[in-house]
Amino acid sequence: MGIVDVIFGFNALVLVASAIGVISSRNTVYAALFLVLSFVTSSILWLLIEAEFLAIVLVLVYVGAVMVLFLFVVMMLDVEVAAVREGFTRYAPFGVIMAGIVVFELLTLFWARASGLPIAAELVRRAPDASNTREIGVALYTNHVFEFELAAFILLLAIVAAIMLTLRSRPGLKAQDVAAQVKVRREDRVRIVKVPAERGE
Amino acid sequence: MSNELVQFLSVVAPEAIVGTGICVVLLAGLFAGDRARDATYLLSMVTLVAAAWVTGSAAPNGSLTGGAFVVDSLSVVLKMFAYAAVAAVLVYARAYLVGRRMDRSEFHLLVLFALLGIMVMVSAGSFLVMYLGLETLSLALYAMVAVERDAPMGAEAAIKYFVLGAIASGCLLYGISLIYGATGALNFTDVAAALQTTTGARPLAAAVGIGFLVVGIAFKFGAVPFHTWLPDVYQGAPACTTLFVATVPKIAAFSLALRMLGDGLDVLASDWRFLLGAVAIVSVVVGNLIAIAQTSIRRMLAYSTVGHVGFILLGFASGGAEGINAALFYTLVYIVMTMAAFGLVILLSPAGQEADAFDDLRGLNQRSPWFAFLMLLVMVSMIGVPPLAGFWAKWWVLSALLDAGQLSLAIVAVLFSVVGAFYYLRVIWLMYFEPPAMTGARMAPELDLRLLLSVNALLVLGLGVFPGNLLRLCARALGAVSG
Repeated sequence: MGIVDVIFGFNALVLVASAIGVISSRNTVYAALFLVLSFVTSSILWLLIEAEFLAIVLVLVYVGAVMVLFLFVVMMLDVEVAAVREGFTRYAPFGVIMAGIVVFELLTLFWARASGLPIAAELVRRAPDASNTREIGVALYTNHVFEFELAAFILLLAIVAAIMLTLRSRPGLKAQDVAAQVKVRREDRVRIVKVPAERGE
Repeated sequence: MSNELVQFLSVVAPEAIVGTGICVVLLAGLFAGDRARDATYLLSMVTLVAAAWVTGSAAPNGSLTGGAFVVDSLSVVLKMFAYAAVAAVLVYARAYLVGRRMDRSEFHLLVLFALLGIMVMVSAGSFLVMYLGLETLSLALYAMVAVERDAPMGAEAAIKYFVLGAIASGCLLYGISLIYGATGALNFTDVAAALQTTTGARPLAAAVGIGFLVVGIAFKFGAVPFHTWLPDVYQGAPACTTLFVATVPKIAAFSLALRMLGDGLDVLASDWRFLLGAVAIVSVVVGNLIAIAQTSIRRMLAYSTVGHVGFILLGFASGGAEGINAALFYTLVYIVMTMAAFGLVILLSPAGQEADAFDDLRGLNQRSPWFAFLMLLVMVSMIGVPPLAGFWAKWWVLSALLDAGQLSLAIVAVLFSVVGAFYYLRVIWLMYFEPPAMTGARMAPELDLRLLLSVNALLVLGLGVFPGNLLRLCARALGAVSG
């Protein structure tokens, strides 16, 4: 058993344990932290299959940005834990069925490995100087540049639709009109009133 | 510019034009404010004309490296048809939107986004591009249904459509992943080549994948049992959205079925023909039966769509070039007919209200004999009476079925289109032999709306009297694909 197998076994164990932690811990903040741990361990697993760039991106983007945001939201929202757990027994049979399907799929995976599908092929080892980042860049920005641009349009569409459906201009909304503020003259704001001084009797 | 960039742009020029148009309309709507009402409408029209010009002048063959995106005669014909249909939708929708103070730039923007999705799907050469086009189209449609966000029925319809559409997209994606797992390819030509040399577990995985693909296709067409979103969306959405949802996306659905199943998975045709045949015949039966019980004209048209979609899918299921040719002809004729029908619904909707119940059609002949006559043409064409376009559409699907030796399917289809004649005839009865329900003034819509509706409905008659041109166009478009 080489060092790679030891690293894989250890990280896989931590990954499974932290994944269980995500769904079983009572405190939502702990659950989010367990999710961070599972992201980190899976990024180590990705390193083992020589996907260095994706491993780094997983840590940078998901752990560094998405999960931190997630933690903020969780801490601010103060979710009621008991309310979330109410439906557990009601949905338990459904969960058992889903678990059965997943177990069945895992078993078929072992069968598929023997059946000669392309997914069962050995990992292709690259030369030490092969650049993972470059390959992904070429695939994303040269071979699939059309798909990449299309995805950008889908994001633009999502922005437009989300703003259209949520932005409401309420009547009586107080907003600054900078141009009007700049253009304003003294006469618009100040009225000089001559008040006759009162005479003492 | 480098040579590769020129080559890239020459292939995707129409999409690039529409994409640029989207950005221009977006900025115009943002900065022009209330003055944008006409500006975005005109800019959308200019975009359509420019895209049509570029599509027509470019060479009708070409593809991106690897074949993920192709330009062939089918894509050119379908794109041209999509431009014309979208332009008609914009004209129909304009009066409706202005009358309801909904004429913000978003509607035009979403229509252009949907058009971009349709164009990509029409030209897709790989599962990935097809899926991205489908998502562009679907997201735009969800937003268009909810465009009137304070209307409870519109919001309900949009939520239903969104949830069901997301599940259908998931099914489609799962099917694609299974086929990718079985063949290791995403391009349709590569998938077809890989399936030629199949052994072991591959055909099984691909066949299961086909099952999921058919679910996605049936949902996009609105075929039974994935039709439940149709009546709610048709009834709940604003009439101009319904007009769009009911017509133009069917071009994309046709391409979805033809390119994925016909191009990519032709080796396993016996599998998907059986599935599509089952879905199709159930659609013809259920659509025509449930339509009888409807009291809302929009729900009736929704179930009638289900019946028509059944016929289109029967064309696919019959197999062979003739059946697909008939399916394409039916799709185009269906779009022309449905557009006229919903155009009339828009016309009948008085400002601030929606024409929905059959009562709005009552005595239309006394209020406006010309529009009643146009609606008569459309309804009779939908029944399938010669010499109208709907007759030839049904005729060629049935003859393709008979050529393929599927007599029982053809008999059931004919029987239930006779059943379907009942609810179309009821519309005609209401228009001509019932007194008007409301004592409204004579309808005096805008000139462009009247003109377009007349041309649209007379096109149904024209295509019926001279079906040869459109049929030859369909055959020529498909020649590049199947032969």
